[in-house]
Amino acid sequence: MHELSICQALLDEVAKLATSHAASGVERITLEVGPLSGVEPELLERAFEIARVGTCAARAELAITVPEIMVRCNDCGAASRAQPNRLLCAACGGYHTRVLEGDELRLRAVELDIPEARSSPIH
Amino acid sequence: MCDTCGCTITAGNAHLVESDHATVEVLTDLLAANDRVAAHNREHFDEHGVLAINLMSSPGAGKTTLLEATIRALGERYRIAVIEGDLETDNDAARIRALGVPAVQITTGTACHLDAHLVHRALHDLPLAGLDLLFIENVGNLVCPASFDLGQHRNVVLLCATEGDDKPAKYPVMFRAADLVALSKADLLELLEDFSPARAEAALRALGRDTPIIRTAARRAPSLDAWLAWLEQELSAPRAIAPPAPLQRASNVTV
Repeated sequence: MHELSICQALLDEVAKLATSHAASGVERITLEVGPLSGVEPELLERAFEIARVGTCAARAELAITVPEIMVRCNDCGAASRAQPNRLLCAACGGYHTRVLEGDELRLRAVELDIPEARSSPIH
Repeated sequence: MCDTCGCTITAGNAHLVESDHATVEVLTDLLAANDRVAAHNREHFDEHGVLAINLMSSPGAGKTTLLEATIRALGERYRIAVIEGDLETDNDAARIRALGVPAVQITTGTACHLDAHLVHRALHDLPLAGLDLLFIENVGNLVCPASFDLGQHRNVVLLCATEGDDKPAKYPVMFRAADLVALSKADLLELLEDFSPARAEAALRALGRDTPIIRTAARRAPSLDAWLAWLEQELSAPRAIAPPAPLQRASNVTV
């Protein structure tokens, strides 16, 4: 159940962001979790319910997007969709491929409660 | 005074009512903190010229037995040490120490994997100076250890002859992370008709990997030649190398 470790890393990162923006709370956390990341979104959601208790994200909503797996063939150059255990080139059938998308384990955005919210986007 | 037009809001209390949401775009890798410590561990290894190998498999695939046989074969020529990861007991570290090789046991309690912080802590009990080769025997598990970079130079995954030959298809994240796959307890293959090494290799190739597959047997009829040759080759290779894929995730790489 390494999803709990991942959640703790996530909450550390979110807490840093909340502090640096003087936020009073966290509304929403958006993640990208690829099928090849080794992390199960459903288990991550359940672990988050436990890990967030008592943190600045105690009431935050967790939104997880799961990108499709895309590979590029090193032999013929084609890009194609693939399955986690079948990362072959759909064009030539070769296995000399590299993963373009689908192994992400990424914090994409955090929606913060900021007193006197600034109107311009924050980076 | 009303609650609708905003006439009660002053400069002094505006912060109480104007609270709003702001979205911060980040794009941080969730394991960034682990990866930073892993890079730090790798610097330690490189500074001392130590080859670090992360050994992973299911429980019972023969990791410790392979290490014992490796120490017997190479212990005279190379200075070897082992970090052992288990949920409980220091049985495996005791087996390694019995061969006169330093071993540090990490007991993870309920954690199903080693991470870079645990390995870093273990390095405080393990002088790297004078070592050639460090094995990190991960917790027996084909799932979680694959997601955590420890700072190793190479990942070796054992696929035991008593397991199914479709393990690479069932655990793609783990087998994609391998730099070498060893079919362990290969002396049992003649008795285990259901296990086809050719099918295991096909399942590995379907993951888009050229990873070499070798056979090892460490007990009945020892066969370690391919394994020892691979180790010798890695020990003599220059080691300023990138961390193994896919721990260096595609999403971090700018093309």
